[in-house]
Amino acid sequence: MTTDDIPAIACNKVCKSFGSTEVLKDITLDIPAGQVSCLIGPSGSGKSTLLRCMAFLEEATSGTILIKGQPLGFSEQDSGFRARQPASQIRAVRANIGMVFQQFNLWPHMTALGNVSAALRVVRGLPKREAEARAMAQLEKVGLADRADHYPSQLSGGQQQRVAIARALAQEPRIMLFDEPTSALDPELTGEVLNVMRQLAAEGMTMVVVTHEIGFAGSVANRINFLDHGRLLFSGSPEEVFRKPRHPRLEQFLDTYLDRGASMLV
Amino acid sequence: MKFDIGVILASGHEILSGLALTVLIWIAGSALGLGLGFIVATLRRYGGPLVNLGLAIPVEILRGTPFLVQIFLLYFGGPFIGLSLDPIPAGLLGLTVYGAAYYSEIFRAGYQSVPEGHVEAADCLGFGRIQTIRHVLLPEMALIVLPPAVNMTVILLKETALLSLITVPELTLTVQAIGSQKYAFLESLFVLALVYWALVEIAGQLGRLAEGYFSRYRTART
Repeated sequence: MTTDDIPAIACNKVCKSFGSTEVLKDITLDIPAGQVSCLIGPSGSGKSTLLRCMAFLEEATSGTILIKGQPLGFSEQDSGFRARQPASQIRAVRANIGMVFQQFNLWPHMTALGNVSAALRVVRGLPKREAEARAMAQLEKVGLADRADHYPSQLSGGQQQRVAIARALAQEPRIMLFDEPTSALDPELTGEVLNVMRQLAAEGMTMVVVTHEIGFAGSVANRINFLDHGRLLFSGSPEEVFRKPRHPRLEQFLDTYLDRGASMLV
Repeated sequence: MKFDIGVILASGHEILSGLALTVLIWIAGSALGLGLGFIVATLRRYGGPLVNLGLAIPVEILRGTPFLVQIFLLYFGGPFIGLSLDPIPAGLLGLTVYGAAYYSEIFRAGYQSVPEGHVEAADCLGFGRIQTIRHVLLPEMALIVLPPAVNMTVILLKETALLSLITVPELTLTVQAIGSQKYAFLESLFVLALVYWALVEIAGQLGRLAEGYFSRYRTART
């Protein structure tokens, strides 16, 4: 079996509770390598929490998540006991993953170049010159080489998000996770970020995208996963999702988008 | 009786040696207090609930009692628990610990001022905890921490005057001694006020310079 055959991410019976609130209920889901998987669903459906579990920013209450076949965060012992991995092992597994946030989360005290090169210097220990050369290449890729010496406060939201994408890509992850990457942007700026993501998808990057951009999901995703109240209700290709008859809850959810004039997409 | 500060200034050499000790204890106590305060705030953030509680109690006691009482307890009470210190080390220790309690609260607020997402971004890029503190948290909180930290440092300077009461031969003790020898009490107090004020102004200016440096990314706009 080649590494391409195992799923990039395999979630098995993942549950997550915050106190007595169950946010994720028995999510079993494979993210195929080299494809774009979208997580859609109404607010509070658990889609962002699921994505954050895949980055180990949230710890699943039970269940397992495998990244390229390696357990993330917890190791199952022979007795069935779930032991938290040492920090170094968590970092090693997490190195496969790049994360892009809704609020960009750029570091305000560093320029665009500083943001993208920081991890190369600090984590990988590359010399400044080489780290900055690599960072520059990533900024070029997202079309922001001319903004390299700008601080985040001097960039538009769309530019900030593209720097954040470049920052994640600079660590050469094999999987990119996007948590509502355009929700904080106006429609014009949304376009420039989605274009960068389309380009990444065309290069064969494994992507998991939590999004409300149903149009993007319909045109770029290979698989669409619909969550509601912490359950995975439907999983399929865009054709399957948008072809009637649909699951009644999915129907209801998509209708709200049709009402907003997105009918040409469906 | 004539008001003549020349009487005091005639003993310039002694005043300078008192001033030197004041500045030395102030800078050493502030620097050590700043470092200790940062360590306390960091342990409270990452050390778990027990460590947090264990450190919260002494911090609350130190912030809730007068500095004068603390140095008296340390200097006169210390020998009863086997801690016999000379005036200068006792004063330095007292100032350090007192300052650390306040600085730790300033750093705690600083930690809280950095959005959790900025730390998550560092986590996802593989930063270890110390790397995140060094490259993300400290520089980001610098601007938030700086004004109250400068303020606290100025307060510590003025608190050093109380060390005269445990016989540390610093500025206040020296100048008051000159004042009583020469029957020039008012003049001695006046000189003291002037010298402390000048030091505070210098500290304030340095603080503003530092703020300008750390705010370069906030004010710079195209």
